[in-house]
Amino acid sequence: MTIGLRIAFLPLTDAAVLAVAHDRGFAEAEGLSLELVRTTSWATLRDRLVYGQVQAAHMLAPLAVAVTLGLSQQPAALAAPYKLNVNGNMLVMATAFAAALAPDRISRLADPLGTAHDFAAAIGLWKRKPVIGVVHRFSSHAIMLRYWLASAGVDPDRDVVLRVLPPSLTVEAMRAGEIDGFIAGEPWGSAAVDAGLAEAVAIGERIWRRGVEKILAFRQDWLDDNPDIVDRLLRALQRSAAWCDDPANREELAQLLSGPRYVDQPIEVIERALAGRIVARLDDAPVDSPDFMLFGREATSFPWRSQALWIYSQLVRWGMVAHTADTAARAGAVFRPDVFRRALADSQVPMPGASMKLEGAVDLPLAVGSRRGELTLGPDRFFDGRIFDPERIDEFLAGFSPPR
Amino acid sequence: MRIVIIDDSGLRATVLEEGLRDAGYDDIHIVPPRGAFVARLERMAPDVVLMDLGSPSRDTLEEMLTVSRALARPIAMFVDQSDDAMIGAAIDAGVSAYVVDGLRKERVKPVLELAVRRFNAFAKMQADLDEARTALSDRKIIDRAKSILMNQRALSEQDAYALLRSAAMNQGKKIVDVAQALITASDLLGGGI
Repeated sequence: MTIGLRIAFLPLTDAAVLAVAHDRGFAEAEGLSLELVRTTSWATLRDRLVYGQVQAAHMLAPLAVAVTLGLSQQPAALAAPYKLNVNGNMLVMATAFAAALAPDRISRLADPLGTAHDFAAAIGLWKRKPVIGVVHRFSSHAIMLRYWLASAGVDPDRDVVLRVLPPSLTVEAMRAGEIDGFIAGEPWGSAAVDAGLAEAVAIGERIWRRGVEKILAFRQDWLDDNPDIVDRLLRALQRSAAWCDDPANREELAQLLSGPRYVDQPIEVIERALAGRIVARLDDAPVDSPDFMLFGREATSFPWRSQALWIYSQLVRWGMVAHTADTAARAGAVFRPDVFRRALADSQVPMPGASMKLEGAVDLPLAVGSRRGELTLGPDRFFDGRIFDPERIDEFLAGFSPPR
Repeated sequence: MRIVIIDDSGLRATVLEEGLRDAGYDDIHIVPPRGAFVARLERMAPDVVLMDLGSPSRDTLEEMLTVSRALARPIAMFVDQSDDAMIGAAIDAGVSAYVVDGLRKERVKPVLELAVRRFNAFAKMQADLDEARTALSDRKIIDRAKSILMNQRALSEQDAYALLRSAAMNQGKKIVDVAQALITASDLLGGGI
């Protein structure tokens, strides 16, 4: 007997693990029949999950924290036992704006600190406060953009205008001059570059080497009531993620995602994001960024509690939620490493021994304690060298100036 | 009560507006979610905002509702979080509703119910239309297959149809699929008409 499961997603390259679990039979092998519900806004994806139209969703990690804390319409305790990817974002700005930045695109992308300062200077030269599109207030993209801008003394709430718009409308909004740039998941940044409208200014992977991106979100009560189904799904996704990471499958994956059921964009643009070949400006040679997006390797899928807390620290930093010990505990509890461990206990997946770690402390690939097999964590540095200790959130927050 | 409908599809918005007017609401505005629609909406100071759940611009709208200083009172989604059946019906119908804080739920509920009925009616209308279109194109395909058979095998129209039907029955397929296969084969063999 197969168990039906409805999962909402947005048409983005990082829905790959769900698409492949469905189309390549990984879910079926676990006795699951997935119905993937294509959705066009994060608000609707959230509502479908919160009000029970779907059992799970491909969600922005900060949005899951925000919904749990009651910051995004109807409050609901959400639970994320699985990360669908890390990285994959790109900030692009109008070519005229980018003219004020370092002309060498390769070094511009490689040096986010320098580029942030150039960006700060370019703001004063621009005809208005730059209007930068973000996909959602509670998106990894918006949080990373704020972090990056603030490193150069730019106040993201005062010196620029952050405008929320869906990724699928970003290119049109650039064309109409409604926004001067945007940060989004692929393939949208590349689509704006290919249209000759924009240049790549920063890539997420260079801001935080292993930036949390999309998670698989459930309602917490449903997750706790259906352990068997959840475990089956996580096992299917883990196999799917390994398949997605394998370069041998890249072409097939790009083909699958480019279809109208999923992203509905040219194969070539999607393949670039999967391969980490970033074209910074129309007709430039691609820049290699092999960690542009990760699905399963290095235990990418493991939901470190410290990562939920890092997200929380940024919400506090920007005044979106008041910091209390109880709020922090609820935010941290959104990530569920316990469920991940239970589901994949019998698999070959290397399993981290801990549930929290220092974020931003790994410089070079590092072998760490694991219950079995070799687990190597990739570098996870923040571009400004800060380290987040989840046990010392107050200290971390005090380190940002001016404190809010 | 000022009601703003944010909708791209002119027809659906009209269907909804008509229903609301018939029910006695007269302060209704339709705003397409394009360009600076958020600024327009702020100036209108609506009591209720109705929006298609499938519109990609919902995130933009919600952001405005979160940060706007122009709105005198906050606007949040749905009216009565305790009414699960109502919310479920709205989501199934594809309606999202944002209601100004403090508006009594007895006043909003009829609006939402009406929106749900109209959205459902509109969806049914579209489905009927699609079905009619499919039926029409099916008939064209069958007609073409019939005329191929009539020409190639010198059959009467009735016999050509009977042949298609028995072939479909034998293969457990729909007549239109058999007809399509015949047309494709005929085109490939160069015997198309």
